Amino acid sequence: MGMGTQAGITRRNLLCAGLGGAVALRAAAPEKSRVVIASDPALRATFASPESARVLKLLDRAVQSFYAADSPLAAWKKIARPNEVVGLKVNCLSGRGAATSTVLVEAIGERLQQAGIPARNIVVWDRLNSDLESAGFQPASRKDRIRCLGNDSAGYGMDLAVFGSAGSLLSNTLTKTCDAVINLPVLKDHGIAGVTLALKNVFGAIHNPNKYHVNAGNPYIADVNMFPAIRQKIRLTICDAISAQYEGGPSYMPQWSWSFNGLLVARDPVALDYTGWQILERKRAEKGFKSLRDLHREPLYIATAADSAHRLGTNDPQRIDLVKV
Amino acid sequence: MDRRRFVLDSLALPCLAARAAAPDARFTVEARFYEKLPYKKIKCKLCPRECVIDDRERGYCGVRENRGGTYYSLVYSRVCAAHVDPIEKKPLFHFLPGTQAFSVATAGCNVNCKFCQNWDISQVRPEQVESEYIPPRNLAALARRYNCPSIAYTYSEPVVFSEYVLDSAEAGRAAGVKSVVISGGYIQEEPLKQLCRRVDAVKIDLKAFSEKYYKEVVNGELKPVLDALVTLRKQGVWHEVVYLVVPTLNDSDAEFRGLARWVKTELGPDVPLHFSRFYPQYLLKNLPPTPIATLDRAKSICDAEGLHYVYIGNVPGHPAESTWCPKCRRAVVERAGFTVRAIHLDGGKCHFCHQPIPGIWERTSRL
Ligand code: SF4
Repeated sequence: MGMGTQAGITRRNLLCAGLGGAVALRAAAPEKSRVVIASDPALRATFASPESARVLKLLDRAVQSFYAADSPLAAWKKIARPNEVVGLKVNCLSGRGAATSTVLVEAIGERLQQAGIPARNIVVWDRLNSDLESAGFQPASRKDRIRCLGNDSAGYGMDLAVFGSAGSLLSNTLTKTCDAVINLPVLKDHGIAGVTLALKNVFGAIHNPNKYHVNAGNPYIADVNMFPAIRQKIRLTICDAISAQYEGGPSYMPQWSWSFNGLLVARDPVALDYTGWQILERKRAEKGFKSLRDLHREPLYIATAADSAHRLGTNDPQRIDLVKV
Repeated sequence: MDRRRFVLDSLALPCLAARAAAPDARFTVEARFYEKLPYKKIKCKLCPRECVIDDRERGYCGVRENRGGTYYSLVYSRVCAAHVDPIEKKPLFHFLPGTQAFSVATAGCNVNCKFCQNWDISQVRPEQVESEYIPPRNLAALARRYNCPSIAYTYSEPVVFSEYVLDSAEAGRAAGVKSVVISGGYIQEEPLKQLCRRVDAVKIDLKAFSEKYYKEVVNGELKPVLDALVTLRKQGVWHEVVYLVVPTLNDSDAEFRGLARWVKTELGPDVPLHFSRFYPQYLLKNLPPTPIATLDRAKSICDAEGLHYVYIGNVPGHPAESTWCPKCRRAVVERAGFTVRAIHLDGGKCHFCHQPIPGIWERTSRL
């Protein structure tokens, strides 16, 4: 996908976003972590591509609601300043079907540009160029376009980041290129870690993710999220739940995928992961699958991320301000 | 880059700089020890971890990848470090003393020791470190060119590049070059037996004598390593054991005594046991170097338990670097650091009292 500026925001889109956002404008208790679930049941029929304009509207509704902003554009301006380089950390390893949707990434790129960030300062990145390509992201050939960059091209720094049981080198894209990152995981099952959502998606920023899948990723996933560059640069998570997968992940398994037709938006990755996990568990139960706990792959790393040694967010449903729009 | 620079200089400093990671078919062979599972998953049967791996994913070691339900090693002939080292550096003290070993590694390891001194090659993926293509027959030829009677598979973890080790050992044998494996011994029985049929000596890093340490510091398990040592004894391959003594973590009298008794019972009193000095690095920088008194204490306990060849390593000039005849108590191999000063052995026996000293002492072919 060579991505550039697309059609500007229309008055009609703005109006829709504004109307949709009205629900979310109610004030949350300040100590709660807000998680917005935006959905559009008609967004995508099973296995069809979602329509760009509808995805834009859904995205606007989700982000405006999350920031309780007056307009989608005002919300986007809260994410990054015009002089900043913004990374979009997609999830591509499993290729099309189980990767962050190109339509969603195009929509985010468009809104960032409208918020004043030039296309050349937007970087779509993940571990490998080949993973990006398999998910439909083509490296842009022109410098004025959004860049797509695998860590295999960008390289890793030489300073070992260490926390708890984890020690890793970090992607230069994260540490040197980007000022801010929007984390873009996919709502899906993971055969080892239970689920792969906001916290797990940062494994794409380290040189040695294979070392941290033991014990269902606990405490490693939480530890990796404590690395300062990761904590400080990720400003927002937008979880792609247009198509979701409740079993057989992280590989794409169409028989266990369904159209959730939504987005999950949060700044608190723990609250987002807890919320996404519950959605997947409910779908598993509905389809007659055992719970992740029964399968010994309950994502305990989510609770670890919330503990006193990490404090990355909350997994307490009482402290999550869940907003559905 | 010419071959000599490659060997002597260029790979001394592994480079994690950005490089395009074009998949290179030369380095990719189908793995030998795995089973296929439904939905294009596989289960690796090389080491006790038995990773179950989805399509397009890699195992814990990072050098084996599932591609469409077939499992591949990505490090066949993909050498990221190559040096000519004294065999004493491995350390192997009862194996061709005073000779050089042509020493090679690929990226990857199946554990993650917090004290790893080679983490910049062992804890990375093959595409994250510069490598050279050295197929097995070239490796044997290089060893001969550098007057090395042996090839050492070392630095990282040869278990994870075992396909390359197996073929290189065979090529080496055909060229009159021996093979030695320097390993953590975290390997399943069948692949180990195949290695035993082709290599001449194995040094095992027994990192501690407690499961707790293996879990917390090594990210592995003790039991399979002990099983591997017993397999080596049963297969009749020459083996030596190294134990890195880390202050406060694996240095109690009880642990040293338990280790000594196990070695004596299961492997026999003649197996060389090296206590090695720890220096802080990688993820374990908060501990001091091992006091020499601790190493002396470990040796005293093992001597008292009846082990015949207990060494102290990483302490240049220590008398326990030399091999002492257990009968007449005279030095039969005198060492200072990695240098062998004198050998007083005649046909594998003590020159002074004719006590047989176990080991592989003679080259079988002239290089
Ligand atoms: S050799 Fe590697 S892939 Fe195979 S079981 Fe061990 S760590 Fe896993």
